[in-house]
Amino acid sequence: MQKIIVCLKRVVDYNVRIRVKADGSGVVTDGLKMSINPFDEIALEEALRIREKGQAQEVLVVSIGPEDAQQQLRTGLAMGADRAILVQTSAELEPLAAARILQQIVNREQPDLVLLGKQAIDDDCNQTGQMLAAMWNRPQATFASKLDLNGTVATVTREVDAGLEVIEVDLPAVVTTDLRLNEPRYVKLPDIMKAKKKTIEIVPIESLGVDITPVLRVTQYDTPPPRSKGGMVKSVDELVSALRDRGLLA
Amino acid sequence: MSRTLIIGEHDGQHLNQSTARCVACAIAIDSSGVDVVILGSDPSAVAGEAATLNGVAGVLTVMNPANGPVLAAILAPQIAVLASAYDYVLAPSTTFGKDLLPRVAALLGVPQLSDVMSVLGPRTFRRPIYAGNALVTIEVPAGIKVVATVRGASFKPVGGGNAAPVRPVEVSATLPTHTRFVELRSGKTDRPDLQTARLVVSGGRGVGSAENFALLYQFAGRIGAAVGASRAAVDAGFVPNDMQVGQTGKIIAPELYMAFGISGAIQHLTGIKDAGTIVAVNKDGEAPIFEIADFGLVGDLFQIIPEIEKRLR
Repeated sequence: MQKIIVCLKRVVDYNVRIRVKADGSGVVTDGLKMSINPFDEIALEEALRIREKGQAQEVLVVSIGPEDAQQQLRTGLAMGADRAILVQTSAELEPLAAARILQQIVNREQPDLVLLGKQAIDDDCNQTGQMLAAMWNRPQATFASKLDLNGTVATVTREVDAGLEVIEVDLPAVVTTDLRLNEPRYVKLPDIMKAKKKTIEIVPIESLGVDITPVLRVTQYDTPPPRSKGGMVKSVDELVSALRDRGLLA
Repeated sequence: MSRTLIIGEHDGQHLNQSTARCVACAIAIDSSGVDVVILGSDPSAVAGEAATLNGVAGVLTVMNPANGPVLAAILAPQIAVLASAYDYVLAPSTTFGKDLLPRVAALLGVPQLSDVMSVLGPRTFRRPIYAGNALVTIEVPAGIKVVATVRGASFKPVGGGNAAPVRPVEVSATLPTHTRFVELRSGKTDRPDLQTARLVVSGGRGVGSAENFALLYQFAGRIGAAVGASRAAVDAGFVPNDMQVGQTGKIIAPELYMAFGISGAIQHLTGIKDAGTIVAVNKDGEAPIFEIADFGLVGDLFQIIPEIEKRLR
């Protein structure tokens, strides 16, 4: 296999608690720690392992976002990606628009495999991979917890509600990653230094000729009602009888 | 009157309860013209179950040997054809619906809403983002087909007793051969599935070791609970990844969640905030988990779990 594309989304770090703006117009993200979407990081790790096994020649990381998304691409390069593309935009994109953009990149780069997270932990949409696969008219294997490549076929174990489903897809294909697929590597300092020398290709979003106008209207952001504040119990007896009262324990 | 098509989820034998929850969501949008489609190699028995759901106007069946295994790449083109007659296309927000519906939406060239949790108007919906730490209200402009997955925990399944007509339909769509089903390995344990269990017992770093998790498995077995874990317990190697509860693991909403030796990192709390009742047992009375627990008990889990077990009938 020649080339793997990995999509990296810049998101608020999973350890940061976000806040809804007082006027309900959005979520406060200014000044928060930003990271690679954790599921995308798993996707990149998988691509690197495939290349390290000699099953792929090149790993290309692609992000769509503001200039600052270069930081996440830089981390991707430090992890071991060969090349990076930033489709630069300050617009908020719906997954449909993101998939259209990725399809343009796919058309240009002709990868054998596109790997990305099953969802981003900001909008939690879980759509982009499937939409890209539909537009590209290629297979999708979502929620992957195991990926085996054999020539032009990938065998993918998927984490579905009923258990583990195994499917076979012809390449090229889109695979979206679940948590169990792997544990991403830590980036070492020398790799960070080396990654600084690699160039990131900036593609202005306008140059792709894709309609990215949002279709859905987001009218309001709210903070979910807080859980009613519970309390402490003093003993196991008190706990067990409270749970019995609620019909939760026999 | 608007028309709604619900994609019925099933395993070839029975309709999944998630479909009855979708019907409840569809009725909240518009109670007229709610159809369910069952795609399968032999969909008649499942269609019969769907026909009993209250509020369903009609059940369509699409029989095709290719529809035996559940593969989004095969099902999506057929649903996209059927969707032309409908204003709304809904599927459950399960791995089935999440896999399938975005592919349908892309074929239709429309955006998709994920995890609809409430219906505020015929074209206005609320859904969670940031693992439920914020809620957004979304309007779908007139003239755009509404394609949405429905969050099961937010809608009570409709009851049975209906006898809606079942109508086989032919769909002409080119089905790909690039995606093939190999096998389904169902959950390896006889414990309930973490994602759908009514009761969940969960352990954190405080459990101390993989061996010590045996205590939780045993207790879970006694009360019929699934077993989960915090990211700290997973990272420490006590349990495998698939047991992780939290923003980057499984987001769950059991009736009872019992956290043992879990301090309550933000990313864990976001995974359990929709649980009915949260119990926390921790040695550290200052642990953040106590802030959201309905019943907190400060103490040693190794003493408290056996004490609870002793009191079970």
